[in-house]
Amino acid sequence: MPEPMLAIAGVNTHIGQYHILQGVDFEVPRGGLTMLLGRNGAGKTTCLRTIMGLWRASAGSIRVDGHDITRAATPDVAQLGVAYVPENMGIFAGLTVEENLRLAARAGEPDASRLEWIWRLFPAMKTFWHGLAGNLSGGQKQMLAIARAIVEPRRLLLVDEPTKGLAPAIIANMVEAFRELKRTDTTMLVVEQNFHFARSLGDTVAVMDSGRIVHTGRMDALAADAALQTRLLGLSLDAHQ
Amino acid sequence: MKKDWTPLALVPVIALVALPLVGSAPTWVTLTVAGLAMGMMIFMMASGLTLVFGLMDVLNFAHGVFISVGAYGAATVLTRMSRQMEAEGLASDLSAMIPAVLAAIALAAFLGWFFERVLIRPVYGDHLKQILITMGGLIVFEQLIHVVWGPDIIPLPRPGTITGSFIVGEAAIERYRVAAVVVGLAVFAAMWLVLNRTRIGLLVRAGVENPEMVESLGYRIRRLFVGVFVAGSGLAGLGGAMWAMYQEQVNAQMGAQVLVMIFIVVIIGGLGSVGGCFLGALLVGLLANYTGYLAPKLALGSNILLMVLVLLWRPRGLYPIGKA
Repeated sequence: MPEPMLAIAGVNTHIGQYHILQGVDFEVPRGGLTMLLGRNGAGKTTCLRTIMGLWRASAGSIRVDGHDITRAATPDVAQLGVAYVPENMGIFAGLTVEENLRLAARAGEPDASRLEWIWRLFPAMKTFWHGLAGNLSGGQKQMLAIARAIVEPRRLLLVDEPTKGLAPAIIANMVEAFRELKRTDTTMLVVEQNFHFARSLGDTVAVMDSGRIVHTGRMDALAADAALQTRLLGLSLDAHQ
Repeated sequence: MKKDWTPLALVPVIALVALPLVGSAPTWVTLTVAGLAMGMMIFMMASGLTLVFGLMDVLNFAHGVFISVGAYGAATVLTRMSRQMEAEGLASDLSAMIPAVLAAIALAAFLGWFFERVLIRPVYGDHLKQILITMGGLIVFEQLIHVVWGPDIIPLPRPGTITGSFIVGEAAIERYRVAAVVVGLAVFAAMWLVLNRTRIGLLVRAGVENPEMVESLGYRIRRLFVGVFVAGSGLAGLGGAMWAMYQEQVNAQMGAQVLVMIFIVVIIGGLGSVGGCFLGALLVGLLANYTGYLAPKLALGSNILLMVLVLLWRPRGLYPIGKA
């Protein structure tokens, strides 16, 4: 069995006096898309931020592609090939679309063929290439945030709620973009509240509750089990219709 | 790209409003040039502080001591090069002034590096401690200036090339003020080019907005912090040297004395905005000169009033940075 791209074992994270992650264990298989689901406040965002080194794990271990990154600084995690799209998208509003992408291309200028591919995925990025990122719509900002994360090939892509606040048409566009990304060898861990989005893209799933992983398995198995959805997420897929 | 040109109109508007109030055109020209020169010198002193504010979220009240130390550095070199200063000609003046300015920048930059490493690094993220420790640092280093250079005011000779005035029409324009405008414009142009045409500049602009995201892209923001702090301190030293030559004297409190004006400029411009700082400095310089002539007692108050009006119009300054 191949080594997982991401292996998290017994991770605890404290933020001030609060004990948020309480022994998180799960693995993200190489090359697929793993959905991290859970109710609000379950610890999903904290989990992504802990992987990125933005918050420090107080116990446990985190390994990316065999490298121990538990105590690694955020730039070191990024240089290992981990890209992060935060919940607030983290775009630089005062920079142009071009500058946002140029900054993310650590090797220098973005590769031309890679750029063409990104423009095909998100045509708005080409249209507003010289425009200020702060002037983009919410959906376009999310596209820019994802485009920035994939401007160079990455080992692992961490995305926090990519569909939050987006119109259905934009979400459909986002689904297509993630499908295209799945055809590359990038491994993805995506936090999501939109179960339809999660079901249509996820290969595997991990469900969090109260700072712990309470379920891991195949996404299609969870999608087919309404009782399990109700127990884990408080709502079944039918209730989302 | 949509540009916001409205704040730029404030400079000509203030100048044109002042014209009928001043009455005499030659006096207005003299005051305007003086205001622009003062603005440029304030910009040099304030530009580093606004970047430090924006990028590092550090309230550095010790910035004044970098200005003073820069002035003393320049004074030390200039007084030791009196022979070159006495000789007539631009070349001999430059041979004294260039080392003086370089000494001012180097001394202030080194002090900035020391401050960041020893005093400020332990208090990142804690504004109250930053205020206390940088105020303390300002007081301690002002006293250390007295220890090194003595307690007396040091008269600073101004090189002959930039001494005196020339007459344009009926207006007398001081040469030094024109030189200050030229140097200020050169510094602004250099900063603009670095910030807008280099990768380091791109990182600084991004870091001012969202340092955490810059780190998430794989860049070590701490190193950038130190670089910006040192560069900002060096600029304060340059501004201090220019300010000292303008006043033709040096004293330990000269940095602290202009600190209020510098903070007003930084706030008017928008924290972290170099362009806003430049515009704010010009507005403050012009207004200080016009009101200094029309109603001297209102000179400092006029700048506070300007800040209040700007913040009522644009609560985050003229050119706010979209901070995350």
